[in-house]
Amino acid sequence: MKQLLILSGKGGTGKTTIASAFIKLSNAKAYADCDVDAPNLHLLMDETKEPKHTDYFGLPKADIDNSLCIKCDFCREHCSFDAIKTEDSLYKIDYYDCEGCGVCEVVCPVGAVDLKPAIAGDLMLYKNNQVFSTAQLKMGSGTSGMLVTEVKKAMKVAILDTELAIIDGSPGIGCPVIASLSGVDMVLIVSEPSISGISDMERIIKTAEGFGTKIAVCINKYDTNLENTAKIEYYCKENNLTFLGKIPFDSDAVKAINNGKSIIDIDCSAGRATKEIFIETLKIL
Amino acid sequence: MKIAVLSGKGGTGKTLVSVNLASITEGSSYIDCDVEEPNGHLFFKPVDIKTEDISVKIPTVDNCLCNGCRKCVDFCKFNALAYIQDNIKIFDDVCHSCGGCKIVCPENAISERDKNIGEIQRGVSENVDVNTGILNTGEASGIPIIKELLRESDNREFTFIDCPPGSACIVMESIKDADYCLLVAEPTLFGVHNLNMVYELVRIFDKPYGVLINKCLDDDNPAEEFCIEKGIDILGKIPFDNELGTINSNAQIAVRADKEYLKMFSSILKRVTREVQDETAINP
Repeated sequence: MKQLLILSGKGGTGKTTIASAFIKLSNAKAYADCDVDAPNLHLLMDETKEPKHTDYFGLPKADIDNSLCIKCDFCREHCSFDAIKTEDSLYKIDYYDCEGCGVCEVVCPVGAVDLKPAIAGDLMLYKNNQVFSTAQLKMGSGTSGMLVTEVKKAMKVAILDTELAIIDGSPGIGCPVIASLSGVDMVLIVSEPSISGISDMERIIKTAEGFGTKIAVCINKYDTNLENTAKIEYYCKENNLTFLGKIPFDSDAVKAINNGKSIIDIDCSAGRATKEIFIETLKIL
Repeated sequence: MKIAVLSGKGGTGKTLVSVNLASITEGSSYIDCDVEEPNGHLFFKPVDIKTEDISVKIPTVDNCLCNGCRKCVDFCKFNALAYIQDNIKIFDDVCHSCGGCKIVCPENAISERDKNIGEIQRGVSENVDVNTGILNTGEASGIPIIKELLRESDNREFTFIDCPPGSACIVMESIKDADYCLLVAEPTLFGVHNLNMVYELVRIFDKPYGVLINKCLDDDNPAEEFCIEKGIDILGKIPFDNELGTINSNAQIAVRADKEYLKMFSSILKRVTREVQDETAINP
């Protein structure tokens, strides 16, 4: 199975718009949304059946039994995440700060601290003719990188043999992006012609290069700033990056998305340009 | 007074809003907490930059002292240590710097070393203090940088915190000390879905909040409908505007480039500060 991951660095450049178009164009049998703290791909995928839900347990959270606590303060002193607070001379764990490392449990001389399992997200698997794996990180939860790994694993387990899997990534360059990068065959970077977009693109390219993955670039909304579009094309040439094409800004595309449709479900200029980029992508994948 | 600007969805205009509001606020401070992809400095082009390296503690093992008990390996919840061929191997990238391995080692074979993960740049742009956190590429977590950014930047009357997209731990860290949360939404299907998420987040953290809708067109506005349905205050609407788009895509600050935008953002700022003061007067 070849895995194509769509990333951008900057948010809002059109990752999900392009991923959904690619999924429909390729008739992919496997796809996933790894943007677990703001997933949107399911809004476009016309899934009619309810997905199968699985609780995702992240790292455990500490819990202090104040009836055993002798207020020695060791746990608070040793916590690297400032997750232990005192309130009315009782020791309390800040649920959002606790990373579940277990140091407090180890240093407590009277066994007043326990680590308890905690649900950190909801894994969802749609299984029809295709497999669609997605998840929603629980609001206020931390471990998004591990959840991304679970989303990819769920997709692979559900479908063992298919040619192509398309994965919608998250913005940024941190842990969820790094988790989504591991094991993919190619990264398509969706850039936009703004100074911010260019800076973010350069950082995501550096991050992806660390994984030795094949990288290609396309530009979305290219006609909103032709000067910056030229800069991106020049950057790709200078750095020997495969440049796959550009998509115009298209108000029809915006309307399609707002109606829960993919941009290739209607005849529009953005959809046609995306189709060409898709054909080029398959050639090098 | 700390105002966090967040959105859930990327590309809705967090940086546009926080940069422009900071620019027109007398004696303000701008903090870019989007340490994975910081962009505010591209607009402010600050001068007199002072750079501060940020590092975290990573374990290092003296394999001569190690007796092979593997207590550290068993302890580490992040699987950052392994015992391979009679040696402890440490995987820096997944270490959360909790210090637990050092504590559980019975032979004192583990000590800590600093590992650089990025930097903070502090400079000035006209009347604004500009603070930028930059995570090194390849690093997983920028939280230590955000903590340091927010700890040391508390000397101005108004501070605008430009948050990362999403709703995960880095966003929580960025809004934790904020007095007010300004949610920037866009009137699209995705925009509303992600607005709903940050709306839940600010409620979990019990922060006063208001919404600013960017890229408004004349047709249906699902973000506005969402706010009305939930009874959320809409503090302003920024129209979809090609000229503003171009100014912004060229990393120019709209209020410094054009009087019309100065007027528009000034009226937004007026509304925001009134709201913030009201909220903080009720819940000091």
